[in-house]
Amino acid sequence: MRITYLFDGSMEGLLCAVFESFERKAKQVKVELLQHHQPDAFTESMQIHNDSKKAGRVWSALQKKLSPAWIRKFYCCFLSERPDAYTSLYEFCHYLFTHPAGAEDNYGNEHVLLIAQMARKVEREKHRMEAFIRFQESQDGLFYCGIDPDFNVLPLIMKHFKDRYASQRWLIYDINRNYGLFYDEVSVEEVHLDFETQKRLQKIPINAQASKEQLYAVLWKDYFKSTNIVARKNTKLHTQHVPKRYWKYLTEKQIDSFG
Amino acid sequence: MSERIREKLSILADAAKYDVSCSSSGSNRKNEKGGLGNGHTSGICHTYTEDGRCVSLLKILLTNHCIFDCAYCVSRKSNDIERAAFTVEEVVELTMNFYRRNYIEGLFLSSGIFKNADFTMERLLKVVKKLRLEERYNGYIHLKTIPGASEELIREAGMYADRMSINLEMPTESGLKLLAPEKSHKEVIQPLAYVQRQIIQFKEEKKLIKSVPKFVPAGQSTQMVIGATPETDKEIMHTANEFYRNFGLRRVYYSGYVPISNDNRLPIIGSQPPLIRENRLYQTDWLMRFYGFHVNELLNDANPHLDIDIDPKLSWALRNLQFFPVDINVASYKMIMRVPGIGINSAKKIVQARQYGKLRIDQLQKIGVAYNRAKHFIKCADSPYQLKEYQSTQIKSFILAESQSKYLKNDTSQLILF
Ligand code: SF4
Repeated sequence: MRITYLFDGSMEGLLCAVFESFERKAKQVKVELLQHHQPDAFTESMQIHNDSKKAGRVWSALQKKLSPAWIRKFYCCFLSERPDAYTSLYEFCHYLFTHPAGAEDNYGNEHVLLIAQMARKVEREKHRMEAFIRFQESQDGLFYCGIDPDFNVLPLIMKHFKDRYASQRWLIYDINRNYGLFYDEVSVEEVHLDFETQKRLQKIPINAQASKEQLYAVLWKDYFKSTNIVARKNTKLHTQHVPKRYWKYLTEKQIDSFG
Repeated sequence: MSERIREKLSILADAAKYDVSCSSSGSNRKNEKGGLGNGHTSGICHTYTEDGRCVSLLKILLTNHCIFDCAYCVSRKSNDIERAAFTVEEVVELTMNFYRRNYIEGLFLSSGIFKNADFTMERLLKVVKKLRLEERYNGYIHLKTIPGASEELIREAGMYADRMSINLEMPTESGLKLLAPEKSHKEVIQPLAYVQRQIIQFKEEKKLIKSVPKFVPAGQSTQMVIGATPETDKEIMHTANEFYRNFGLRRVYYSGYVPISNDNRLPIIGSQPPLIRENRLYQTDWLMRFYGFHVNELLNDANPHLDIDIDPKLSWALRNLQFFPVDINVASYKMIMRVPGIGINSAKKIVQARQYGKLRIDQLQKIGVAYNRAKHFIKCADSPYQLKEYQSTQIKSFILAESQSKYLKNDTSQLILF
């Protein structure tokens, strides 16, 4: 009998779905986000209730079977938030728990492959955010940047920014997922901003700070222009490295407003 | 003040851009409490120039004043251009403010020679010391070693820099003598060797005493200008190979000469920089460093030049059909890496996956093998039976025909590694 498990989009929920299916010896299960579910008359569905104990048991079973690098792939794939990724993660757990050690290396298995490939995409997006974030310093010395990444990469980029910008306060905000990371020179915390605050932070302040902020933006744009070697122009390669959808982040790609 | 600094930046960034080294990798310098910045082991490209090169460092000259007159260089004494010089403070301010905004991974600082080598090296040293000691900056620093500077200065600079480099400029001594009679390869080799010895010594000491500071943790690199003088690809890559071996270099950069001078010893202004050739040299460099090829396999007396129309791995395979077809399900990892159309990542996945059953074409494709290229060189579980063996010229024309359409749509200078 086919059945759809509905979970809330959290890792805990997904792991509980795995737990339930083993406990109930359920076959032919589909996992789906509760929010996206459209009931139909032919498949039964069941809502998964989160239970940190059950999730914890599945997670430690995974950790026993997988190397840290593979755990990371699993997590990255999860952060893609794609329906097919959820399906593959679910199926992968079943595959892993019913096969001898080392099964995760079998790239001939479609779920193993999908997770590996999806994880790479997520890692790439993480890397891009680390590269393309451009902070703007506000009046009170907060370095702000709003982003809207393809995948939910904030949890992945946190460590990088915390280590690197240890001596300045910063805030990176995921505009679409509506949460951000705020660092106060001690620790990072998750924050939610209302729309007004977001807009205020995005705007360049009008005071002494403003001219400094603009000066560095202009100097950076100048720099970007002067590093270009016209004789070597290659727009195709350029957009391959910096796809157009990322240009909105980049100070050097904004139209001059000064000078 | 802001106008003057803009002017300086544009002059001194412009003069520095012909040094193509952009890498910010190889340093694992950690940030400390209250400090700013760290090294990223694999480097980060923060943006790309419109010619597609990575921008990760603020790459500038301290000054473009120079007492020398190297024909291939925009800063040469006899060139009639605007000159400028940054103060130490200006470089520090720029670096810190760019870094804080996540524009850059760090600083690449070079300089024309003003007065003499030691005077110049001392100024460079002042900048890096101020950054590290006063600003507590732990981001990446790539510093030029000034040929002829004293060993004490070079050694001190190495305590603060992540990478140091000196450019060979021309691949052969005779080429260099032609364009820069005052210079010699020896001038480059001496400090390269000195820094290399220090790196080894510091590493040895660090094994015994943990508190020994880092010394040039990202190693050394060099650059050769390609196409200004008539060297063959073989000469270029054999020189590169020697420098990799003798001085433990992390990278050799190949910079296609961009005509900047009416000097009749050089290609005329307006001629195209040799971009495809440059790319083929980089591919060869990769094959030597990561794919286990010996330079002699790729370039030798019988083949002193790389093919322009196909990449060096494919040319090697076509010259050595006796090694093919490779059976994907039994061949060694080393051999699989040598197959055109299979990169390191795919090769790794193949050897892992084949433990679970013989691999088929569709699995290879999913793994990421460029099957249309690789199919001429491999056998797998469901390879179609081939009636006759093709000659290398036939295979080449098949592959070219297939990639032709792709090739033509793109710019003629599409530059990809495999
Ligand atoms: S010494 Fe350096 S800066 Fe001066 S002309 Fe020669 S290459 Fe250029």
